[in-house]
Amino acid sequence: MKTVKIFITLKQGVLDPQGKAVQESLHKLGFPEVKGARVGKYMELQLDSQRDIDRQIEEMCSKLLANPVIEDYQYTIEEGAVQ
Amino acid sequence: MKFAVIVFPGSNCDRDMYHAVKDSLGEEAELVWYENADLSGFDAILLPGGFSYGDYLRSGAIAATSTIVNQIKQKASEGTPVLGVCNGFQVLLESGLLPGAMLRNKKLKFMCRQEELVVENNQTQFTTSYGEKEAIILPIAHGEGNYYCDEGVLADLEANRQIVFRYADNPNGSVGDIAGIINKQGNVLGMMPHPERATEAVLGSADGLKLFESVVNHWREAYVAGV
Repeated sequence: MKTVKIFITLKQGVLDPQGKAVQESLHKLGFPEVKGARVGKYMELQLDSQRDIDRQIEEMCSKLLANPVIEDYQYTIEEGAVQ
Repeated sequence: MKFAVIVFPGSNCDRDMYHAVKDSLGEEAELVWYENADLSGFDAILLPGGFSYGDYLRSGAIAATSTIVNQIKQKASEGTPVLGVCNGFQVLLESGLLPGAMLRNKKLKFMCRQEELVVENNQTQFTTSYGEKEAIILPIAHGEGNYYCDEGVLADLEANRQIVFRYADNPNGSVGDIAGIINKQGNVLGMMPHPERATEAVLGSADGLKLFESVVNHWREAYVAGV
């Protein structure tokens, strides 16, 4: 079993209204040093696969998990399942 | 003319769409559950608004993976008119039937109000009953209606006259003030405002009815002899 950790973020250049709201809130809380904030998604998949796992994940991301028009993704693969 | 109103789990404007076609327009309409559907007998396909699959992952993304979308793609390629409103527009974007994507509204608010639009292209089969640059009032009701595409796609949309409706006063941050776009073939229209909620004066506006009338007129001219 493998655990795939996938991070999905809005592409650079795509306006992130949530990130902007988070940044402004952090400023109000007394963290003026925050110069940027972008909100993304994190997913964990448990995979039991003998096939080319990178290719499978690329396909899953481009077909469903991320929208290539507005989002980028990156992932890591770890041995074992997350409980 | 027979309209299919596709119902996904979480659709909630399906009955508005059905009412608009059946009662306001006076044509045949059928609510079609997304599973095990057969679209072969329908002359037009309507994807209603709502929150298919609870907007999980991204609005419209899960619905776009359902098998009925393959049938819709097939029918669209054969020239059947397809209209996606609000969440229906999001499904058309996520399934690749229309270019671009939706982002959260610029001010992060869910917006539910009447909005003035300009009919940018009244030469499509959905808009021939409108005047050129006609100003119309349709309601919007969305949290993710901030249309986005890159500059190349936007230039294509402009050049091919695929921008059908623009907001007079952009409420959500959409590029190019885009409220609705059509595919290159001219038979798949996606729009965030709700024409089906504006088909009778008692609803606050009847400006949406002309959209459905345009579709019927086009269909009659194309398929009914002697008209």
